[in-house]
Amino acid sequence: MSDSGTANTPKPSSSVKLVLLGEAAVGKSSLVLRFVNNDFQENKEPTIGAAFLTQKCSLPTRTIKFEIWDTAGQERFASLAPMYYRNAQAALVVYDVTKPSSLTKAKHWVAELQRQASPGIVIALVGNKLDLTNDGGGETQADAERDSGVEGDDTLQNQEEQDDNTRGDARKVSTREASTYAEEEGLLFFETSAKTGLNVVDVFTAIANAIPESSLKSGRAAGAGTGQTTLGGGRSADDSRVNLGDRGSATAKEGCAC
Amino acid sequence: MESTDPNPSKTSLTDGNVQIRLNDDDDSSSKRSAEHHSSDRSPSPEGPPPPLPPRPSTLSLLDDGGAAPGTPRLNTPVAHSTLQSRATTAVSLTEIASHDNGKEELHLRGLPETVRARASLGHLAAPRGGSDASDSASIRSFAPYSELGDVENIFGDLAPPDSDVVQQDSTGLMQFPEFQADDMDDDFTVEFEPVGDIEEGGENEELVLEKWKAKRKHYIILSAAGKPIWTRHGDGGLISAYVGIIQTIISSYENSKDRLSGFTAGDTKFAVVAKGPLYLVAISRILESDTQLKLQLEALYMQILSTLTLPSLTHLFSVRPSTDLKRPLQGSETLLSTLADSFTRGSPSTLLSALECLKIRKAHRQTINNTLLRTKAGNLLYGLIVAGGRLVSVVRPKKHSLHPGDLQLLFNMIFEAEAVKAGGGESWIPVCLPGFNSSGYLYMYVSFLDLREDAETADESTVTTEESVAIILISTDKESFFELQKMRDSFVEQMEKNGSIKIIKEAITKGRPSTTDIVPGTVLHHFVYKSRANVQFAMSSYNPEFSSALRRRRLISTYNNLHASVHAKHTHVKVHHCVTQSSSSFAWVTPVFELYCVAGPHANRNALAQSASKIVRWVQKEEERLFIIGGAVF
Repeated sequence: MSDSGTANTPKPSSSVKLVLLGEAAVGKSSLVLRFVNNDFQENKEPTIGAAFLTQKCSLPTRTIKFEIWDTAGQERFASLAPMYYRNAQAALVVYDVTKPSSLTKAKHWVAELQRQASPGIVIALVGNKLDLTNDGGGETQADAERDSGVEGDDTLQNQEEQDDNTRGDARKVSTREASTYAEEEGLLFFETSAKTGLNVVDVFTAIANAIPESSLKSGRAAGAGTGQTTLGGGRSADDSRVNLGDRGSATAKEGCAC
Repeated sequence: MESTDPNPSKTSLTDGNVQIRLNDDDDSSSKRSAEHHSSDRSPSPEGPPPPLPPRPSTLSLLDDGGAAPGTPRLNTPVAHSTLQSRATTAVSLTEIASHDNGKEELHLRGLPETVRARASLGHLAAPRGGSDASDSASIRSFAPYSELGDVENIFGDLAPPDSDVVQQDSTGLMQFPEFQADDMDDDFTVEFEPVGDIEEGGENEELVLEKWKAKRKHYIILSAAGKPIWTRHGDGGLISAYVGIIQTIISSYENSKDRLSGFTAGDTKFAVVAKGPLYLVAISRILESDTQLKLQLEALYMQILSTLTLPSLTHLFSVRPSTDLKRPLQGSETLLSTLADSFTRGSPSTLLSALECLKIRKAHRQTINNTLLRTKAGNLLYGLIVAGGRLVSVVRPKKHSLHPGDLQLLFNMIFEAEAVKAGGGESWIPVCLPGFNSSGYLYMYVSFLDLREDAETADESTVTTEESVAIILISTDKESFFELQKMRDSFVEQMEKNGSIKIIKEAITKGRPSTTDIVPGTVLHHFVYKSRANVQFAMSSYNPEFSSALRRRRLISTYNNLHASVHAKHTHVKVHHCVTQSSSSFAWVTPVFELYCVAGPHANRNALAQSASKIVRWVQKEEERLFIIGGAVF
């Protein structure tokens, strides 16, 4: 793609369209608010329709401007979802670690995205509300960063220990279950807490890094509405599934300047 | 017919009257919150009431509730008996007197013989079949109630049914019910606090129920099949028993081809609206008229349509009459709640079915209109600039007007509910505007203008509802978000350039004028002026007299009463002056406008009238600033 040339100039800016999907009340809006405003509201009211927000994220080689569609999770809005993910380069599929049904719903969204969205879409599976589990509260930020790697073995071991140890833990979806699924489907995987901010920026940074440079466009042209091109069109087949293996946990280390 | 009270013994009968205790606990039943008395009303096409049976002497039992400890804030019937002698002036005595007769009938009528009442209550509590016909016959009232809705409320709401003294005095000096006095120890804001959840094990159930019963206003929406759909206070579990009772009562009327429209129990008014597969019920102890409660219920129904559209609502129930509507409505409950609370708080907009505009110069509004027209996106249907619920500017196609009811729903969603504001970005919302077209969705772009000059402090200061300015762009095209976003950007840019943003900001800071700004030294504390042709209203500032929620509620109640009396059917009241303990109020209605105003209790009537006419002159002089006349069309 011709656009990819711009990636060589120092700190080019590109926009990335990102959509959040997931069951109602898993914390999609809270994740976005944490990322965009570094803010958290207890008992936030449900989103109606969808909200559109933007936030810049600075990587060593480029600046990514996220154009975020935060969709409402209620069933009745589901039919509008294609409108939001149709041209998206990235999707955050969010579930609630204390609610198993929300992971099931997340899997449905992943399947729908794989079927209907642009072939190259980067999908991150995000288990939110980690603050309600035992590993949410006590964990230090350093731990969090270490754990934020996709297949970090230590995360799994931690989890196994803590699964046995269930004092006051509201966790109902084990890290292993979700991460195994994410691995099978080739998704980025994170557990976050929008409330404490744990891992939130890391998710977006990882996504920014995972977007193939070839699919990045410069400037804000992508936001201009009806002129948008469908990204899937000219992409070659090997681009269509992002290989997460060679990115790994290193991606999460990059800090956002936001 | 599900979930009726399983235990008929919890239903107590009193001679000649039906008294249903909704309280599960007999011990605390004296702290009642809702006792039904024999249903006083239903719309009945059957003409004048039959001869009335003599009033049983046991009627005083009905008053237990009013004086019971559970309801200390309420005006008790006793209090009202004493209020009777206070000064009250009403104009158009003949009309009042004639309606008073109607009221008397309402109170006297329909007290069936003991035996029949027992039979009917047995039916309500535990349907046993067999005696349906006579049961419903005994409950049904025969008064042509629908004709008298307003009047009954105004003149009869709080009068105890057994106070013959009141009844005898039908000379036209009537007692107006009044919202509770200021000095009563009360915190109106408690009304809006959640009742909390029942803990596992149910230890706190009684406490939660107590709180629930202490609410002075309830809204309950249920399906015709008896499934609870939404309630303002509590949850489906808490209210399921009541929902069962309500459904039983309503459907027993429907079975006999009648329709229950409402009834009164002591100081509590029940209003029922049936809309297709839904029953909407309002229960009020804050002196609202039947008509007003019904308007509120209609608005809640419109909110449901706005979420689902009429065809999909109809479809859901035609496929499965036992549909649980809670799921399709998920996430829109807060919209219903904020709407309900705005009614409970009291809003002139609802009362008058009209909109308020931000007062700016005509030329300034013209500039904003033109800017909107110039930047208009191709697929724009409606464009609105709204400052804290007050319209600044509107553009619309020539052939489509805007419906105040629709705008009320939009303003509720945008300014009252936190959902849109808290999103922090731009919103794209599918919404059905039932007044425009109840069968499909429109798509609404919403973004808020940031009027704060200093971006540094932006995070610290919170923008109040009054101060927030929303740009609302509505299209029929669900793909047009980016196009409307572009329109918004260029519109705001031009508004910055031509100084309109500054003008809006100044108008917001200035606020509404106080009555003394308009008429120096006036006795008036507050007024509301509705321009009938424009379906818009203007009013004075709530401050300082009505800044508290309770005082404001009382002000609105006063307006409610005035409004109801001048709009009562078969009355042709033009001017209405009313004095109560806490205020004297004045209504003036012409084909062009309606003016309602309130002064202190001892205000001189002439001074009041003079001020009122000065207000009218002022409004007429400022008309083109106060109202949007015509608006921008394309």
